[in-house]
Amino acid sequence: MSWLALTQEEWDAIRLSLRVASVAMVATLPIGLAMALLLARGRFWGKSLLNGFVHLPLVLPPVVTGFLLLVLFGRRGPIGGFLADHLGIVFSFRWTGAALAGAVMGFPLMVRAIRLSIEAVDRRLEAAAGTLGASPLWVFLTITLPLILPGIVAGMILAFAKAMGEFGATITFVSNIPGETQTVPSAIYALTQTPGGDAGAYRLTIVSVAVSMAALIASEWLARRVDRRIGPE
Amino acid sequence: MTIEIDIGHRLGALTLEAHLLAPPGLTALFGPSGSGKTSLVNIVAGLLRPDRGRVAVDGEVLVDTGRAVFVPAHKRRIGYVFQEGRLFPHLSVRQNLLYGRWFTSDVPRRGDEDVDRVVDLLGIASLLDRRPEGLSGGEKQRVAIGRALLANPRIVLMDEPLASLDEARKAEILPYIERLRDESRVPIVYVSHSLVEVTRLATTLAILAEGRIAASGPTDQVMQRLDLLPPSARDEAGSVLETRVESHDDGYGLTTLRARAGTFRVPRIDLAAGSAVRIRIRARDVLVATERPQGLSALNVLPGAVAEIAASDGPAADLRIDCAGEIVTARLTRHSIEALRLRPGLPVYAVIKSVAFDRRSIGAAVQDAGEI
Repeated sequence: MSWLALTQEEWDAIRLSLRVASVAMVATLPIGLAMALLLARGRFWGKSLLNGFVHLPLVLPPVVTGFLLLVLFGRRGPIGGFLADHLGIVFSFRWTGAALAGAVMGFPLMVRAIRLSIEAVDRRLEAAAGTLGASPLWVFLTITLPLILPGIVAGMILAFAKAMGEFGATITFVSNIPGETQTVPSAIYALTQTPGGDAGAYRLTIVSVAVSMAALIASEWLARRVDRRIGPE
Repeated sequence: MTIEIDIGHRLGALTLEAHLLAPPGLTALFGPSGSGKTSLVNIVAGLLRPDRGRVAVDGEVLVDTGRAVFVPAHKRRIGYVFQEGRLFPHLSVRQNLLYGRWFTSDVPRRGDEDVDRVVDLLGIASLLDRRPEGLSGGEKQRVAIGRALLANPRIVLMDEPLASLDEARKAEILPYIERLRDESRVPIVYVSHSLVEVTRLATTLAILAEGRIAASGPTDQVMQRLDLLPPSARDEAGSVLETRVESHDDGYGLTTLRARAGTFRVPRIDLAAGSAVRIRIRARDVLVATERPQGLSALNVLPGAVAEIAASDGPAADLRIDCAGEIVTARLTRHSIEALRLRPGLPVYAVIKSVAFDRRSIGAAVQDAGEI
């Protein structure tokens, strides 16, 4: 069974993928929640424009998204340059860049899931909480947030899964550097381009399937747990 | 605690123009659906901003469009019991009940026994650890009432709290609202389109029709103005009398009640002699005789005199009979009124069958409502 043993490079790719996806998921959460609230509850001019912009990474070819990230967040890009000079955060050709690419690609999925759950909240419950003395912030924390928890969990899982599988934008933005930006999909791609790389590609494929299954089962379990805690009206 | 309302608000086709002074006790806002009742209480609660006007509780201004005053709902301390309960599904009954207490920490509190008292008053002690989804409609409403009370409100608004319940559930909750009216010092504004509930509960009655207050005042006085009631309610309309239990007749299962107008024998009610009881006599249940009737099965015969005959162009007209100072309303056909040559001042007898009194028309009377 020695062919099943993962090489150092493959382990690195797996570890990197998990780290990239986790960071992408956690970093997107506050922004995704705020954006979902804005889109679900806000009333302002240009809302449909903003909505379209948020969903853009979902429909754009990933290569285009990666190229735009390269232009904007590259070492000499308007945003990337500023961040590198003032905060010391560098994205290009670093694992942080892979996380950024994963976050951008997963963002619309997270916003969508949370937004739908916010729109499903019975606003009459929030009005009732108001008559009991809860300020809008407390209403959000004690009523809205617990009620949309299943949507938040679903959104986080989707964002994580998207970041795990992200390939096109990542490889365009931060290339395919083993140990730094080579995530599992990039590694599989590289292995299929190498003579004799089939065994490695198979091993990583098995890992991918296992991780995906685990994520699905975990999300299912979490959703059921949250559901039982909140329960239908 | 008095509530002053003077507002104007446009709601689609309806223009709400209401001027109302709600004294302590239970003030019922009565009117058909679409007459603006819910909007009016939403304005008081702060859930709706009126186009113009002023709302004040005990002199404290909550809304004054002239001076750009609008106190947000969460700072008003006005309890609200909604038609659909609106219990928080993710919290237990206990957490629902205590929800408002988290936010009233700066308000003088009446102590923890307060929770026990409210739980006891509403009979919900056995539900505390359950989730709202498992409760019956009646239980949900009782928890909702408790939740509103425990937020330490200055007034409680109830918007058709019984409308979504069947008759049995209604009968289960009405006594709790009566106890609340009599035992707690919080004034209640009660919205309803059911005359049965209103006559049983209200100390003050305001009739709302097409966005305007058509009449308001003490319940027994307003109830006599049948012409002001919406057509749908006229079948149930009649007079409201305050009585006391005089004696019980266990052999026949009857209770004798004494009112100023005379004595009434009604199906037995389980209250000690001397207890105050409010009865409602439907106008359509009253017969009128010009001589004291003989050989009649009806047990209640009240002597009086015709006070007023309401003008009517339908087949029936309402007759107000003055019985020793109390008004009993009778609905007769215009044919009978002419055949008996009824006219104001004529001595008559009002006749009511004992079985016309049912559980829905006899309730515990308002106790010392003027003093709370």
